[in-house]
Amino acid sequence: MQKQGWWKQLVEIVSKHPLIFIFLFFLIFPFIVPYKALATQIIIWGLFALGYNICLGYTGMLSFGHAAYFGAGAYFTGIVLIRFWPNIWVGLLGGFLMGGVMAFILGYLCIKRRGIYFAMLTLAFAQLVYFIAFQWVDLTGGDNGLRNIPAVSPSFFGYSLDIHQPLRFYFFVLFFVILSLLALNRILQSPFGHVLQAVRENDQRAKSCGYETNNVRWLAFVISGSISGLAGGLYALYLHFVGIESMYWTTSGQVVMMTLLGGMGSFIGPFIGAGVFLYLEDVLSGLTSNWMIFLGAIFVLCVLFFPAGIWGTIKELSTRRKNGGR
Amino acid sequence: MEWTAIVMQLFTGLSLGMLYVLLALGLSIIFGLLTVVNFAHGAMYMWGAYAGVATMAITGNFWLALIIAPLVVGGYGLIIEKTMIRPLYGRDINYPLLLTFGLQFIMIEIIRIFWGTSDHPFQAPDSLNMPIEILGIFAFPAYRVFIIVVTSAICIALWLFLEKTDLGLIIKAGTRDSLMVKALGIDMGRIWWMVFGIGSALAGLAGILAAPIRSVFPEMGIAMLVECFVVVVVGGMGSLQGAILSGIIMGEAIAITTLFYPQMADIVIFLVMAIVLLIRPSGLFGKAGLLE
Repeated sequence: MQKQGWWKQLVEIVSKHPLIFIFLFFLIFPFIVPYKALATQIIIWGLFALGYNICLGYTGMLSFGHAAYFGAGAYFTGIVLIRFWPNIWVGLLGGFLMGGVMAFILGYLCIKRRGIYFAMLTLAFAQLVYFIAFQWVDLTGGDNGLRNIPAVSPSFFGYSLDIHQPLRFYFFVLFFVILSLLALNRILQSPFGHVLQAVRENDQRAKSCGYETNNVRWLAFVISGSISGLAGGLYALYLHFVGIESMYWTTSGQVVMMTLLGGMGSFIGPFIGAGVFLYLEDVLSGLTSNWMIFLGAIFVLCVLFFPAGIWGTIKELSTRRKNGGR
Repeated sequence: MEWTAIVMQLFTGLSLGMLYVLLALGLSIIFGLLTVVNFAHGAMYMWGAYAGVATMAITGNFWLALIIAPLVVGGYGLIIEKTMIRPLYGRDINYPLLLTFGLQFIMIEIIRIFWGTSDHPFQAPDSLNMPIEILGIFAFPAYRVFIIVVTSAICIALWLFLEKTDLGLIIKAGTRDSLMVKALGIDMGRIWWMVFGIGSALAGLAGILAAPIRSVFPEMGIAMLVECFVVVVVGGMGSLQGAILSGIIMGEAIAITTLFYPQMADIVIFLVMAIVLLIRPSGLFGKAGLLE
């Protein structure tokens, strides 16, 4: 019983102060994974899933087209660095804005529809973007991908910092993850954030309260797209390369899987989902080339038996024990 | 450009459109009755093609393969509905979609384990491998004519089934108001089960029909799935006439752009979709607000 109490308290503390927990955990995270690049990959995809979660978890819109915003961010960051201005801040800002602009345009076309129509429309328009990127070889490199993204270093007031060492790059990415978390935390706790959740719970009622729900959803979609774009930009810096498959709809599917595995509607869920997904991929792909069968099966079981995801199930278990104990 | 080339291309477009029609019909009846968006539909299409490959490898008989492929995939659909999709009824409408999305990866990997990742050659039978001449000007490949004939026959059979049989009447009524049908003492669970099987079988049939003209490989359904979603969205979700009309339109749109401006061939269906949705948000035959 003593042990259960400790466990329960930990879950309670973590779910009350997710930001502090995430921050502390990520400081030690690169030292407990098999290699540092995996940690970097996990927090980049976690950031993508976090952005996606604004859409699915907080506003209740199942988008199947987030590859378009992630990919647009990745390509645009790469293009800015190669062609215009080899400055890492400008490149990432470009990726962030490009994700938002794409979400703004495609969101306009999809946002009026709900539920599965929304899922299918976002999917179809994201495929349109994919094919355009595929054909526009001059800009994107087409099938070969965007190669030779320069390894530029950020400079702070004239002092340049070499980040091209796995651990330093991890903390560079972590800086943006923390920044995004703080920003999203602020947004979700603002009146706007509460309207978002009202739209998720009951669109009609939110509308009756006088909120222009389509605009609210559209804005949430743009925020979500921007964060995805930023994650895409970081991914481009991480790989020094952008592959065309980053825009394919299976990438959208991957972020949906991560978000659901981890648990929707929380800050911690997407990171757990990304971590579990990528860690399993890393381990299983070393054992068999058919590793996707295991991830597919885990996902199917998760949908069938743990729809709240890993973090949601942990929270449920801890509250059930608490109530059962009394 | 010679006008005969255009006629030939229109004809090729029609045969491609017929594959879309078969797949979109399956997606559409499943959606219309069960409100399940089957993301595994592309993988089922792929399984149909591989069921054909397996049957051909064992018996060498194309006609047998043509019958076995839809039966295998249809049977698989029946099992999936009973074991995995049924527990999700009554939950959020997105869950069956997510489940079938995960399922398609398992289906693709199973094929990769048994058949590898490479393309499988698939020959149409010799009796369908010659051109059919019309008026001495056109020489249509017989296999494509065969696809058009089979699909038309399926459409007519499906129409007769829905319009002229009691079961069809129940399905149509269930699409409108399944609660009321249940209240009249009909076991909707069994009807749903059956319809999921029929929809899957149609995907399997499309797969085996496509095998000789498109290459057979484990990911063949991934791109096809998205194209079929576009077809269904343009036709109007849950509308069978819409699926047929829109399938043919999309097949022709691809064929014509391939002839005049091949770079646009992959993009054109999405442009058609954007235009249709801006003019008619619920698709050509869709009813606004169905299950939103």
